[in-house]
Amino acid sequence: MTGGKSPFLWTLFSAGGTVAALLFPIHLFLTGLAFPLGWLDAPSHESLQDLVRHPLARLYLFVLISLPLFHWAHRFRYTLYDGLSLKHLAPLIVVVCYGGALLGTAMVVYTLWNLP
Amino acid sequence: MSSDVHYTLHHPKWYRRRVSVWWWLQKRSYAQFVLRELTSVFVAFFAVVSLWQLHALGEGPEAYAHFMARLKSPLFLALHGVTFLFVLFHSITWFNLAPTAIVVRLRGKRVPDFVIAGMNYLVWLVASAAVAWLLLRG
Repeated sequence: MTGGKSPFLWTLFSAGGTVAALLFPIHLFLTGLAFPLGWLDAPSHESLQDLVRHPLARLYLFVLISLPLFHWAHRFRYTLYDGLSLKHLAPLIVVVCYGGALLGTAMVVYTLWNLP
Repeated sequence: MSSDVHYTLHHPKWYRRRVSVWWWLQKRSYAQFVLRELTSVFVAFFAVVSLWQLHALGEGPEAYAHFMARLKSPLFLALHGVTFLFVLFHSITWFNLAPTAIVVRLRGKRVPDFVIAGMNYLVWLVASAAVAWLLLRG
């Protein structure tokens, strides 16, 4: 299960799961399906750039991408332990999962910082 | 006692049945559990796509148009179709489990589960509408 021993990691897992549950379906539906298939008109580059100029929009994007990565890290770790019986590879799995989430977070911060 | 006495590195072997990697296909509830756990892979996939989109946005109009064109390829449409189903499954299982995680008491009485789950669905609806409005207004 996705219980885990550290309350800190569990909080990240839980917060990320909530963010993904609330916001991923609409973003994925629009960006991944409705815009490419021409069901709805995609916002222009210019209007998106205006939107992300606001600090709150950047904070939103940081939360939107980073927290779900930690949700993945925590849940996927236990999926590998239980689902594929890989408990003996625990140290490697921990490094790959949380390291991946940390790397993704660093990339989000870097990208947001460098946005015009 | 002589000094070369040493313990053999014998370790008793416990009897352990090998569990098949496919153990979760034996029962519907097991399969549902594993599918729920697998949603995290699709959540991570969309997080990475969003990061890629953000990067393209910062690179300028040309790079962004290129990114949007990529999303029109059959590969990405298929991936996003499957990802959408898994992400929806994540949302629904997450909201339905919320009452187990959050116990709210009002005047000493526990708020019924369906109220907590209902609140989650309501917030989901409002948040989705807000995102759609921000991205779709002219």
